[in-house]
Amino acid sequence: MNTIYILWLRQLKKYLRSKPRIIGSLGQPVLFMVALGLGFGPIYAQAGRGSYMEFLGPGVIAMGIVFTAMFSGIELIWDRQFGFLKETLVAPVSRFSIMLGRTLGGATTGLFQGVVVCVLALFFGFKIMHLAYLPLAFFFMILIAVFFTALGTAIASRLQDMQAFPLIMNFLVMPMFFLSGALFPLQGLPRPIYLVTRFNPLSYGVDGLRAALTGQSSFGLSTDLFILTALTLLLIFIGGYLFSKIEV
Amino acid sequence: MWFNDEPMESPNAIIEVKNLTKKFGEFVAVDHINFSVPPGEIFALLGPNGAGKTTTIKMLTTLLQPTSGEMRVHGSDPATQQDAVRHAFGIVFQDPSLDDDLTAYENLEFHGVLYGVASDIRRERIKMVLELVELWDRRQDLVKKFSGGMKRRLEIARSLIHHPKILFLDEPTLGLDPQTRNHLWSYIHDLNKKEGMTILLTTHYMEEAEKVANTVAIIDHGKLVAKDSPEGLKKQTNTTSLEEAFLALTGSSIRSEEAGGLDQMRLHRRMWGK
Repeated sequence: MNTIYILWLRQLKKYLRSKPRIIGSLGQPVLFMVALGLGFGPIYAQAGRGSYMEFLGPGVIAMGIVFTAMFSGIELIWDRQFGFLKETLVAPVSRFSIMLGRTLGGATTGLFQGVVVCVLALFFGFKIMHLAYLPLAFFFMILIAVFFTALGTAIASRLQDMQAFPLIMNFLVMPMFFLSGALFPLQGLPRPIYLVTRFNPLSYGVDGLRAALTGQSSFGLSTDLFILTALTLLLIFIGGYLFSKIEV
Repeated sequence: MWFNDEPMESPNAIIEVKNLTKKFGEFVAVDHINFSVPPGEIFALLGPNGAGKTTTIKMLTTLLQPTSGEMRVHGSDPATQQDAVRHAFGIVFQDPSLDDDLTAYENLEFHGVLYGVASDIRRERIKMVLELVELWDRRQDLVKKFSGGMKRRLEIARSLIHHPKILFLDEPTLGLDPQTRNHLWSYIHDLNKKEGMTILLTTHYMEEAEKVANTVAIIDHGKLVAKDSPEGLKKQTNTTSLEEAFLALTGSSIRSEEAGGLDQMRLHRRMWGK
């Protein structure tokens, strides 16, 4: 328990001490709200779909979480390269608890980022429909954050250096984000694209978050909740397993 | 070779290694080495670059699984009884292993928590070891502000917080100035005398090994080529210093060692704005 706590605390301290990173990672969601939210707003309204900002809000919140969480997981590579990983690996504690502490720490920073983006979105005209559903929205944010930190950790466990980082961003994280229903509605999409979105774990995160915040949903809240929880637990165990196999 | 026929079952040994072998693909990094270290000894593992010293230490400290052979560290097998072994040793790695974004105090506290040192004892020991390496005044500074020598001292302080029975030092004085090196060795010597701590070290500074070590083992190309007291080695090779004895035993050709990706990483780290 102490192990998990001290690793969680470490991730948090490192995050809070890197101010440029906090501010920098807010840039992307804000840009999306300005360029897409305000830019596509009129045409979205003309198409008879109402407020685009209301649709986009949960997508951009998810984006803030995904990128921060993924990055926290991948940071493991730096720990490996700068030697700190060895210090944790020779300690007499289970590797799984180290991985869990790291993941929860990274997820907390992702969650923090999500909340900040959510507040910013309100200034861009995003409206929360039911305050009573806010805890549920919060829960979805936690799930997305844990899922992507664990994914980053799992991938980083198998990598020796940062060379593959652009590959992961461009061929995994970006497609997952763009094809998740974060930016456009999934109804009426060409069949192949629709199928991709159904197999994308983030789709259920975005959809669940949108359902909790605005009441709009494609898959239904319980489906989102069930699928995302199951996948997150699965990924924690995969990440834990891969982490326990690390040799340095 | 003669020492391979030696009986290795020394009942009192705190570290015992028998036919230990590690292969990376076709490359044999450590090749059937045998040695044992009695409790309270300072044991130096010497060898040219790429000889297999660090690989041996990694196997003894549970970081690498051996390809074959047996090991005992404080009565347990590092390959299968990791937890028992991990409680028993402290280590200063060849490469830095501190978290630069944490303060000196936080780095030590992190270590203490991982090793299950109770909080009141932890506070006491952190103060003690920081005073010992003369970094108590700098405890609230981020480690990234420290010089190489200060980081090394902090790592040594950290390795002592859980009172290990065995201390592994992998080139602890690499890149340090003579003053700091002297200071460190006298400190390590003290620990060994006062606490009876067993110390296994590697170094490229032969005069340091000659001064502190009770026993010196020389490995080259993954094989143990000699093991004796510094005096014994000099006598055996008819030389007057350990450095000459070392050269006589390992030849004077320069060894190649694979470069790590560390420099590349530094570049990436800057690029990604960490």
